[in-house]
Order: sequence, then C-alpha cells, then structure tokens
Amino acid sequence: MPDFEWQFTLVLLTNGVMIGLMYALIALGFVLIYKATDAINFAQGEFVMFAGFIAAGAADISGAPFWVAAALAIAGMVALGFGLERIVLRPLIGRPVIAVVMATIGLAAVLRGVATMAFGAGTRAIVIPVSDEPFQFGPVMLPPVQLVGAGVSLVFLAAFTWFFLKSRIGIAMRAVADSQQVAMAMGINVRRYFALAWAMAGIVSALGGIVWGGMLGVDNQLALVGLKVFPVVILGGLDSILGAVVGGLIVGIVENFAAGYFDPYVGGGTKDFAPYVLMILVLMLRPEGMFGRRRIERV
Amino acid sequence: MFHREAGVYKTSYAADMALYPLPIARWAVAALAGLFIVIAPLTLGEYYISILNLILIACVGALGLNILVGYTGQISIGHGAFMSVGAYTAANLVTHLHAPFWITIPAGGMMAALIGAVVGIPSLRIKGIYLAIATLAAQLIIEWTINHVPAISGGVQASIQVPRPTLFGAPLKTQTQLYLFLMAFVVLAVVGTSNLIRSRIGRAFIAIRDQDIAAEIIGINIFRYKLWAFAISSFYAGVTGVLYTYYLGIANYEQFQLTVSIDYLAMVIIGGLGSILGSILGAIFVTLLPILTRWFLEDYGWLFFSQGDLLNAIPNLRLILFGGLIIFFLVVEPEGLNRLWRNIRNYFRVWPFSY
Repeated sequence: MPDFEWQFTLVLLTNGVMIGLMYALIALGFVLIYKATDAINFAQGEFVMFAGFIAAGAADISGAPFWVAAALAIAGMVALGFGLERIVLRPLIGRPVIAVVMATIGLAAVLRGVATMAFGAGTRAIVIPVSDEPFQFGPVMLPPVQLVGAGVSLVFLAAFTWFFLKSRIGIAMRAVADSQQVAMAMGINVRRYFALAWAMAGIVSALGGIVWGGMLGVDNQLALVGLKVFPVVILGGLDSILGAVVGGLIVGIVENFAAGYFDPYVGGGTKDFAPYVLMILVLMLRPEGMFGRRRIERV
Repeated sequence: MFHREAGVYKTSYAADMALYPLPIARWAVAALAGLFIVIAPLTLGEYYISILNLILIACVGALGLNILVGYTGQISIGHGAFMSVGAYTAANLVTHLHAPFWITIPAGGMMAALIGAVVGIPSLRIKGIYLAIATLAAQLIIEWTINHVPAISGGVQASIQVPRPTLFGAPLKTQTQLYLFLMAFVVLAVVGTSNLIRSRIGRAFIAIRDQDIAAEIIGINIFRYKLWAFAISSFYAGVTGVLYTYYLGIANYEQFQLTVSIDYLAMVIIGGLGSILGSILGAIFVTLLPILTRWFLEDYGWLFFSQGDLLNAIPNLRLILFGGLIIFFLVVEPEGLNRLWRNIRNYFRVWPFSY
C-alpha cells in the first residue's frame, strides 16, 4: 500500500515538526544561559516542570483564569531565575565546569522535591483556552494545543534572534559571552547580564512549561522533556538560537520516524533512544554542532 | 588518619609517599580494622549490618568515580550504566555457566572497563560539558540497550535472579557473612586506589587534571591515560554492580538508572574530589541520607505533616536535602567532607597549646 505509506510518513513528519518546534522552545532557555554565562543548565527540564506546576497550581487551587495563571508562572520563573543566579550560580563563577554541572543537577533535585511537595504528586491539567477539535489537513490531524505550542515557539525564537542581533541589551549579552573581561572594560555590568540571562531563561521555561503542560499534563514526569534538550542543543550548537530551532526540528522528526518505523520491531522506547545516538555521532564528528561557534581545544 | 604531627618533618619522597606516614598510623588502621571487622559484626543487628553493606558497596563505586572525576578531572554521568554492565555480565555468567563469584566479579569489572573505555574515546576530542553530555548519552543508551535486548536482560522485566555467592562451598546466607565478604572488596578497592594514585599512572592522571596541555608537553600520552582512567573507573563500577547484584539477589536495570549516576557524583562531590577518605565519607553520607531522613520523619514527622502527607513528604524531602547539600558543598566547601575533616585535624594538631 504505497499510498498508505506516504500518508504515514507525512503524519510522522508533521508531528515531528510540531514537537520539534516545542523542543526548540525549551532548548532556547538552555541556549540563552549558555550563550550569556557559559553555564550549562542540567535543570532545564525541572525549570519547565516547575513553571508548569505554578501555572496549573494557580488555576487549580485558586481558580485563576488561564491568562492570570500564565502571567503568574512567568513572574514566578523570572523571580526564580534571578534568585538562583544570585544564590547558586554567582558563587560558582570561575570554578571548573563540573561544579556548575553538579550545582544544576542539585538544583534539579531540589526543584523536583519542592514542586512535588508543594503541589502534590498527582497530575494536574493546564487548560489552554483553545478548542479540542483537531485541525484536519488531508491525512494529518493536528491538535490545536500543538499548533499553539509551535506558534509560541516560533514567535519567541524570532523575538530572541532579533533581541540578540539588534537590541542594546542583546548586544551587551553577546559581548559578555564573548569575553567577560573585555565586556567589563567596555563598562558593561557583567553580573547584571548574568542575572538577566537567567531571568530570560525563566521566561522561556515558563512558556515551555505552559505549552508542554497543556499538552502532557503537569506532574514530575514533565521534567523528562529536559533530557531531550541535550540532543537538540548539541545538534544545533550550544550557543546558537537558529541551531536550537534546526536541532529541535531534526530531533522531533528523527524521534517520530524512529518511533514510527522501529518501535514495532524492538518493543517501544526508540523515541528516547534515537536522538541520543544521533547526538553521539555529532559529538564524534562535529562537536560544536551545526551553527555553534568552534571553541573546542583538542588535548 | 587519626595521628597528628606538630609539623612537617618529611625529608624524602619515599617518606612523603608512605602509606603509613607515622608508626602510629599502623595502630590506627589496626584499630579501625578491629572495630569494623570484629566488633561491628558481633554487636550490630541484621538490619544495621544490611545498611552497612549498602555503604560498603557504595564505597567501591565512589572510589572508582573519584579516580575519574576527582583525580583525572573527567566528568562522567554514566557511572550507573557501567554498574549495570557489570551486574548483567555477572548475572548472565551465573545463570548460564554457574560461575562462582571469583569469576563473575572480575568478569563484570572487565566488561564494564571495556564499555567504559569505549565511552571514554570521545574524551580525546571533547571535554568539559561536552563530555558530560556524551556520558549522559552513554547512560541512556546502555540503559535502553539492556532493557530492550532480551539476550542481555533475560527477558521478562529485564531482571535476572542471582543466588548469593558461595565461599568454600557454603552460600553466604546472613547479612553479617555478606558484610565480611563485601568488606574484603572495600579493603581491596581502598588499597588499590591509594597505590594507583601513588604510582606513575596516578601521577599522570593528576597531571592531566591539573593542566592537560602541560601534561602533554612533559610527555604524558593524554589519550591513553584518559582511556585508562575511564577503564579503571568503570572496572570499579562494574565490580560495584556485581556486588550490588549479589546483595539484592537480582540484577535489574532499574537499580542503575540516571539517578544512581547522580547519587555517585554527589558522593564524590560531597565527600571531596580527589580524596580516598572523601570517597568513603561521601559514600557513607549519601547512603545514610535517605535512611536518616526516613527515620527522622517516621519519628517526628507528625509534628510537621499529616499522616497522608508524610508518605509523600519522605522522598521529596530526601530530594530537597540531597540537592541542597550538593549545592551547599559546592558553594561553601568545594573540597567536601574530606576538607572539613582535615580542618578539624589541623585544629587539633597543636591543640592544647595553640598560639
């Protein structure tokens, strides 16, 4: 049945693109932090989960309407970003990579514990005010939640690209990322931009949390989407927003195809496995990714 | 370990490298051995011994990870996966060939070392965060492979029953017997690590950690030694996996997931990077943390939580404490418990007559 094959492929492809754009949104939070502060955030998934919990909790417990809950989540995550930068990350400036990696891993544990303690272990729903009726494009059915997610991702990816290319703050951030010393010499307050980068990552994570929470529901399993961030950013390049988009799309498509074609033979789980195999290949052949800056010493 | 000198009186490298820097160190080691090998198993109950067993197993794994992370400066988030490689190698050897422990333990270690060296290959080209992510990928890929290949995992639920090891024809039935069995491996691991670190290989590891370019210039083959570090560290991990499998009586990949790798990293960080005593202190600390949290909450939890919340609160509080302590140590005392212990010792060095 070649016709059926073709439709199946198309469905996998569109789903891959939709999911990929939503991965890109989460990866964007990661890239922002890496770009501005050189820190790698292993707690990105937990950021997303925490934001989801704030939004879902606000709506569930106090009955706040969706927009209020979303605003609360964004505000909460900005505060969290500022706070964490001040308490945890700032003392670690200039320390070895493993210190920052472990600190964010510790952070991930704390966030997971606090979120489950505060909001309970059950799954909560975020009700995004769009219809449940899927859109039909030929053989492809798209749930509106995914479309909203993909749309939000695109808007914010474009906004941040503009921000880094044109705005004064964005240019200052690039300068900080390039060389902290030179940036200081030019009169840039490096610490303030570090804090700002974490706050911006907080905003992006909040959006990610709302979108992903709207699709999957919010519980501590939501943090697992964070594991997908690494293949995305390695593929695209750790410090490239465009890379986050392209990497997200590739990971989304690859995992959907892998799940569609291989799952029946190996009994499931290929979705979580295939992106990592791809990532290992990229690490071996071109560690800086597609759009990343070459900055790897070979020793 | 417990002795104190009033100053530094070492005049030769041999004296500086000595395992027993002062005669009293021998007595201290003998006293510790007596306490842990003779007195502890005779006085403690089965339950407490089983906790000690967990700590012993963790000690071996933490020592191995510290060789890689603390001494060679390479990051690995895949320690748990290497343990699972050892565990399943041993489990398959036991079920198919009825191999005794003196074959399964080295075999599990060797297999893990092999896989570890393969995972270490990218360390030639990449380092720092890239290596961290590569080892994370290794963890997830190994986990997936074990779970999805029935030839390795034994099919149903990816778990294989393993009987207790037999010593001189008699199986080790009680926790106390197992305790002595495990203790032998911990002693081997401690002596092995301290000798490794004092040797040419260990010095090369430390040189690579401190300044890799300089190390290469003085003639250290960086690639080879990084692979050695990965292989040796994974060997320890493999042995840990086998020991844990014997302890549980079952090999199950769920016992070796990402969280386990993170637990071991936490042991090394909290205990102190690049320190043998630190690895042991870290293993004790991280193993006891959830147990103590549970005991405390079971006794006093009703003061803070209602009965229903309590069950929910125990694992979460453990997570918060765990993460919080990692951050605390990184920010406040990066050299870990080992440094705290040294500070205490330094304080008492000239104690009643400090000036």
